[in-house]
Amino acid sequence: MAQDLEQLRTHWRAWLETNCPDEMRDGPASEADICWGGANWQFASEAQEVWLRRCASVGITVPTWPKEYGGAGLTRDEEKILHQEMKRINARTPLQSFGIWMLGPALLAFGSDAQKQEILPPIARGEIRWCQGYSEPGAGSDLAGVQTRADDCGDHWVVNGQKIWTSYADKADWIFALVRTDRDAPKHKGISFVLIDMHSTGVSTRPIQLISGASPFCETFFDNVQVPKTQVVGQINRGWDVAKYLLTHEREMISAGGALMGGGRALGAVLADSETGNSDPILRADAMRAEIDGLAFGLTLERYKDQVEAGGSVGDASAMLKYAGTELNKRRQELIMGAEGSAALEWEAGLPGSWLRSKANSIEGGTSEVMLGIIAKRILGLPG
Amino acid sequence: MVKLVETTDEILLADTARGFLDRAAPIAHLRGLRDAGQVGDDALWGEMVAMGWAGVLVPEAQGGSDMGHAAAGILAREMGRTLATSPFLSTAVIAATALRQGVDSRSGDRLNQIASGQLRYAIALDETSKFAPTMAEMQARRDGNGFRLSGTKRFVVDGAQADRLLVLARTDDGLTVFDLPAGRAGITRHVTPAIDSRDVARIDLADVAATGDDVLGKVGDAMAVLAPAFQAGQAALAAELSGLTSGVFGMTVGYLKERKQFGVPIGAFQTLQHRAAHLWCETEITAAAVLNAGRLLDTTPDQAELAVSLAKARATATAQLAVQEGVQMHGGIGMTDAFDMGFFMKRARVAAEWLGDYGYHAAIVARHRGF
Repeated sequence: MAQDLEQLRTHWRAWLETNCPDEMRDGPASEADICWGGANWQFASEAQEVWLRRCASVGITVPTWPKEYGGAGLTRDEEKILHQEMKRINARTPLQSFGIWMLGPALLAFGSDAQKQEILPPIARGEIRWCQGYSEPGAGSDLAGVQTRADDCGDHWVVNGQKIWTSYADKADWIFALVRTDRDAPKHKGISFVLIDMHSTGVSTRPIQLISGASPFCETFFDNVQVPKTQVVGQINRGWDVAKYLLTHEREMISAGGALMGGGRALGAVLADSETGNSDPILRADAMRAEIDGLAFGLTLERYKDQVEAGGSVGDASAMLKYAGTELNKRRQELIMGAEGSAALEWEAGLPGSWLRSKANSIEGGTSEVMLGIIAKRILGLPG
Repeated sequence: MVKLVETTDEILLADTARGFLDRAAPIAHLRGLRDAGQVGDDALWGEMVAMGWAGVLVPEAQGGSDMGHAAAGILAREMGRTLATSPFLSTAVIAATALRQGVDSRSGDRLNQIASGQLRYAIALDETSKFAPTMAEMQARRDGNGFRLSGTKRFVVDGAQADRLLVLARTDDGLTVFDLPAGRAGITRHVTPAIDSRDVARIDLADVAATGDDVLGKVGDAMAVLAPAFQAGQAALAAELSGLTSGVFGMTVGYLKERKQFGVPIGAFQTLQHRAAHLWCETEITAAAVLNAGRLLDTTPDQAELAVSLAKARATATAQLAVQEGVQMHGGIGMTDAFDMGFFMKRARVAAEWLGDYGYHAAIVARHRGF
């Protein structure tokens, strides 16, 4: 076993050495430098495109997915080796995608064979960009309160309603959304999980300007949109099961992202490189605490991955990862702003964008308060 | 590859330890010793020895079970859960690790005696109120072929019951560890029970004679022996603190479910729910750091310093939060001596100081992280 893994390490080391372009051996310089893929994707550089194509050709945009769906069929142990080798040369993640983080796992668990065969490989190759249609005005954290309705018209549904906070909806090709298919059922029981082509007649989007000056979020409107019934994932009216499963993955993704945001650099190095950060005793002490908590949080992610690999599951503890990871990132961003001082106050510095963006971390994907509620009730068993 | 999940053997070890400690050393046992003015229980330690706990870090060639640091951490954690008192950390973890650094016939014999329960050790280290091993001032002056040691050591944990002492002193060549019988002429022990009712002593050395045979390791090279021993102790103490935390947390959540005010269990109040949930998050994150420290000491001990300090710092902070929240959520009853909460709070304070407090370990993490 260990010997096989070492052979695998040798294999990936050689493959990466040959195939990873020099320009891709560094973190993305900015948000615009991250590869999201999609039907209309404009590559930021030739290297970015080459890197995506090469990775997709051997299945490592989605290392643990089965080969038939565009993955490399790796076990978690094998994936870890691959990631260690990528980290060793600082190789960039070839593709970021809600399709990989959220829809893919949900389809692997709930999708029909036809859905998996049709939808997963283009996600793995970065050809179709997905967005998520969960939140609605008035629903917020009460996600099961969605009102967007799908009316049964024989072989298809007709969808009407509005979604909000749909990240990158203006750039997405398709959306996976929760819609109400039975208005008489209890609120968790009348929801279905549907896939909608963003180019369908009646779909429109509008970006929402945020305090960070950027607009990753949109409002999305559905006006008599026809959706074939084959585009329901899982059972009709049982979409909440799919949604919950996907939310677990989303929380893990956000928490992992939280730890990595800001380049994932050690705060000590950030302070040391700043003009005055390292000489301010309060800032230094706060940063040391944040560094300790960040390192321990990283180990917690490792521990949960190992648990899943050993056949356990993260389950409701994903609420902890989401809560702790995002609160930690907010602390990091405040500390980095403090360390940079007035130099961080110009928009051109790029830092205020990350700092302001981080404020949404503890709201999106379920607020910190909702996460604490989940832990209190489902893990600790405290009374309702 | 380091795995941060417990193996089947480790789960079995934890279950066995838990069953034993719940029966033989619940918190009531510590309370009984305190009320009787005793700082230790030879019979309890004897049972732990019989189960192989004393030999957890002793090589098999010297009669130990050599289960490793992760296993030692599991035992320490379970002892922390019930506040079981024993010389486990000083003897089985710290002294055994020190004695293992280059086993010769003398240290081999002593490891054998540790495993069989014939020897209890304490580490006579601190001279000031903070853990600062390299600052030790106690002089061991040359006297012919030997040395003469004089001075006072404070906060010697398990010092009253120990059969032997590892004494850190300054020779002309630098810091040196002496492995001395506690009864050697010139050694006086003052039992000064700490707030946690456990064995802590002040030890005076008045012109104590030592020879080259009493030196553990090399003259002037104390840290070669002590650094691994401290790391082992710090990791196990972090594990003990994480067990203490889960003990307090279990009590507190139980109370939130059962105590009623305004006609409902207080655990239904969102304020308390959120604080309890936050505390649980902290315990989970600390658990990963503690397990990681044990794993690295077992696999790559020369790279474990960061992991150990991370674990001790996190465990100290989490335990502090847990006992503070525990007392607050219990209200007035949490402040009474009749209730066990205070025992947790006092032990957490003592363990926070022993082998380096939060700041000491934060500074080590910071050094590794480019501060």
